[in-house]
Amino acid sequence: MLTRRFFLKSSGLALVSFGVAPRFLTRAAYAAEGAMRRRKTVVTIFQRGACDGLNTVVPYGEKAYYALRPSIAVPAPRGGKDAALDLDGFFGLHPALQPLLPLWQERSLAIVHAVGSPDATRSHFDAQDFMESGTPGRKATEDGWMNRHLQTTPDPQATPFRAVSMTPTLPRSLAGRAPAVAMSSIREFGLRPAAGAQVARGFEEMYGGAVHDTLHGTGREAFEAIEFLKKTDPSRYQPAAGVVYPRGPYGDSLRQVAQLIKADVGVEMAFTDVGGWDHHAAEGGVEGQLANRLREFGGALAAFHRDLGDRMADVVVVTMTEFGRTVRENGNRGTDHGHASVSFVLGGSVKGGQVHGRWPGLGSGQLYEGRDLALTTDFRDLLGEVLSRGLGAKDLGAVFPGHAGGPGRFPGVLRA
Amino acid sequence: MRLRRSTAGRSAAALAIGLILLQPGTALAAPRPYEDAAVIHVLNRLAYGPRPGDVEKVKAMGLERWITEQLEPQRIPDPAVGPRLARLETAGLSSNELLKGYEVPRAAKREIAQKQAEMDSASEDSKREARRELMQKYGSQMRGTPRQVIAELQEAKVLRAVHSERQLDEVLVDFWLNHFNVYAQKGPVKFLAGEYEREVLRPHAWGRFEDLLLATAESPAMLFYLDNWLSADPNARPAARGRRGRFGAAAGGGQPTMRRPAEGAPPGQGRKRGLNENYAREIMELHTLGVDGGYTQKDVTEVARCFTGWTIKGLRDERPEFHFEGRFHDNGDKVVLGQTIKAGGQEEGRKVIHLLATHPATARFISTKLVRKFVADEPPAALVDKASAVFKRTDGDIREVVRAIVTSPEFLGPAYRNAKVKTPLEFVVSAARASGALVDDPIDLAKRIAAMGMPLYMQQPPTGYKDTAEAWVSTSGLLARLNFALDLAGGRIVGVRIDTTKLAGGAAEGAAAATALAARLVPQGLSDSTRKTIDGETDLSPARMAGLVLGSPEFQRR
Repeated sequence: MLTRRFFLKSSGLALVSFGVAPRFLTRAAYAAEGAMRRRKTVVTIFQRGACDGLNTVVPYGEKAYYALRPSIAVPAPRGGKDAALDLDGFFGLHPALQPLLPLWQERSLAIVHAVGSPDATRSHFDAQDFMESGTPGRKATEDGWMNRHLQTTPDPQATPFRAVSMTPTLPRSLAGRAPAVAMSSIREFGLRPAAGAQVARGFEEMYGGAVHDTLHGTGREAFEAIEFLKKTDPSRYQPAAGVVYPRGPYGDSLRQVAQLIKADVGVEMAFTDVGGWDHHAAEGGVEGQLANRLREFGGALAAFHRDLGDRMADVVVVTMTEFGRTVRENGNRGTDHGHASVSFVLGGSVKGGQVHGRWPGLGSGQLYEGRDLALTTDFRDLLGEVLSRGLGAKDLGAVFPGHAGGPGRFPGVLRA
Repeated sequence: MRLRRSTAGRSAAALAIGLILLQPGTALAAPRPYEDAAVIHVLNRLAYGPRPGDVEKVKAMGLERWITEQLEPQRIPDPAVGPRLARLETAGLSSNELLKGYEVPRAAKREIAQKQAEMDSASEDSKREARRELMQKYGSQMRGTPRQVIAELQEAKVLRAVHSERQLDEVLVDFWLNHFNVYAQKGPVKFLAGEYEREVLRPHAWGRFEDLLLATAESPAMLFYLDNWLSADPNARPAARGRRGRFGAAAGGGQPTMRRPAEGAPPGQGRKRGLNENYAREIMELHTLGVDGGYTQKDVTEVARCFTGWTIKGLRDERPEFHFEGRFHDNGDKVVLGQTIKAGGQEEGRKVIHLLATHPATARFISTKLVRKFVADEPPAALVDKASAVFKRTDGDIREVVRAIVTSPEFLGPAYRNAKVKTPLEFVVSAARASGALVDDPIDLAKRIAAMGMPLYMQQPPTGYKDTAEAWVSTSGLLARLNFALDLAGGRIVGVRIDTTKLAGGAAEGAAAATALAARLVPQGLSDSTRKTIDGETDLSPARMAGLVLGSPEFQRR
């Protein structure tokens, strides 16, 4: 199978030098050189649990927003940190996202409102699955949208880190034929030194066998990635001076994505996720549970941006969540499962300082099924634009099968 | 020794076993020989893998008899577990005792919150330090910490899985715990989860599904986790200011039930309550019908209305229990799945539970999940049909549904052997069992399971953990497994004793040791390529060799 790479190890090079290696092995053996050039990177952040887009990017110009959320609404901007931070005279940022405001002002940060999956499901599981597979309503899709992008753009220069997820298990978005690495931390990615070289070789052999199943394939990818990490040693790249990521697994993952990018290990797609958005009760307004999650969420994004500095010119970060939450607060000062939500797009090529997408309104006739924010941007058009303009992807039809997308439907968040 | 029979012969034998076992009352003939492979398969699926000697023991007693016994776990003596659990201070304590002894006192929480607010602009580190100081100040009033409670929940689970003789019971309770998932980190759930497992799941794990469903619906753990304790008719009279009196006459002796603001809520002044859909949705999507079970958003809202007033009383006084609060109940008629449910107070919720538990979609959904757990990621349709039919015929008798699955030719036959990839829990526990490890302190084992992406009692979303291979096979997960295998065999897991020399049959190294280790640790046999690797490394010490074998692709499967 040509999509499986071989080990970057001496035996591979030996085969090459004997002239018996197939072409793809030659490619792989020399791939390390390709890694040393800078490349474009897309970072996807999934907010699992359905983030309340309306309290994240607050439509303070809507009377209905305040009428329907008597106890959890974020007040309209009034200059302090106990109210929304004005963006454009209609929308305001939740005050806990204050670290993102400078990025908005310097136009590195764009927002797409009323974005999401057109499928009507309000099941966390199904909605996440549909978004990650990239095929809303179709459960039989086996691979994820990120993986299909890798499949449709085979790269002879690819390193083991072309696609990497900073999670303990591989997300659905990256599932599929193309290799992808999942790691919970760079430092712990490898065999313990106590294992010894002989045992390490033993494992490598066991999983390097010709068996084509998911275990063996994953094993091969793991050892290949370990070899590669040894050479590049991303742990040398510590955060830029003065940059502090929020503590916790989410801040840690973004910090490490930045390390990998700075180490030029060839990351084209990175993924991480952050949970805790399912606030059915006591969601809070300016302060409270959502505010706490947003503080960490925005703090890490801002730290990532500062950490990468100039490198952000080649990076696009896009955030997504499975659906939004009811416009009306429920009986427990929380919100139930809704429909459209909000995405952030961050990067050098972003048309920032703008809320993109058509605002559907919160009037009684304007709500989806009479209760939720209606959807005006299909998440596939947002991701399609990010792939197309951020990574130069051509075949969006293969990435999002069954979706009639194309530049005409892009929300316009990136410079063409 | 492995018997060499034709495939047809094997399936016929399996079919015969199935037929015999389908009739529990039948007098069993003398045990007959089975292939080792069948015995190993059964131990891999109905138990957390074989321990040294288990295959021989099961063969000696007869595979049918072993399965029949496991289906009646209360009759199996289980002497190894009690003394081990006794070392865990909090295992077996009631929610009341845990809340009293291990919850951070309210005064401490208040002081911490106040202090943190004062320190608003201070660094995270100094805030943490301030918190630590205050916790020390209040520590003398506490028997232990909330963290200890969670750790010991995890430890108890690992201990039972490794050492209990009632293996199928442990496997099935784990199935239900995952099916009716609760998240220990949400509010007081960590103090409720032990009782939830002990008094809600275990007593009903083998009973009628409807009873199990009702018991979970009425459990403080589930009521809190999925927010139903807060759900009320939006037109219900707002509660009075401050510390309110009893709600109606029904609440006997308890303190006000819904006074305690959930985490992060602003202090309560007489506030309006209302409907919360969380539980209503998940009981249909995850607990009964399945996401494609044919319900609508309207059904979700109607079910939520039926369950208004199902709440918890006594949380503030550390005596949480189920309570139906009539004043919060929506007294209109409802229509659920096309059926009218007349206004009837607490009865409405019971009717919904009956409706859902006896719905054909539920029979299919539960059967599919059980077949996936025991047989294959892609459940064979015929077996799902059979299990659902048993579910319907027996009014949801879980024991009979499980019996139908685990005595079926599909399960016992060769087709699905080694077809499942172990979850982190299954991998870690089966490695400890295979190597004959003695677990004195399971904390390190629990931590390793967590590091592989499966922290026990800590799955936040209500979906529970996935039970399919693709969810658990990843580069990082695999490396964590290899490292664990090496650490376990090398004696580097704290609290776990292991004797690899004994496992190697006394041989110090060399081909004999390698062969003995492979046969003991992976009795189902190694693939040719793994075998070749092992044969090429015979100069490794037994510990390293054992690590290599436990890390092999074959040991990742069951």
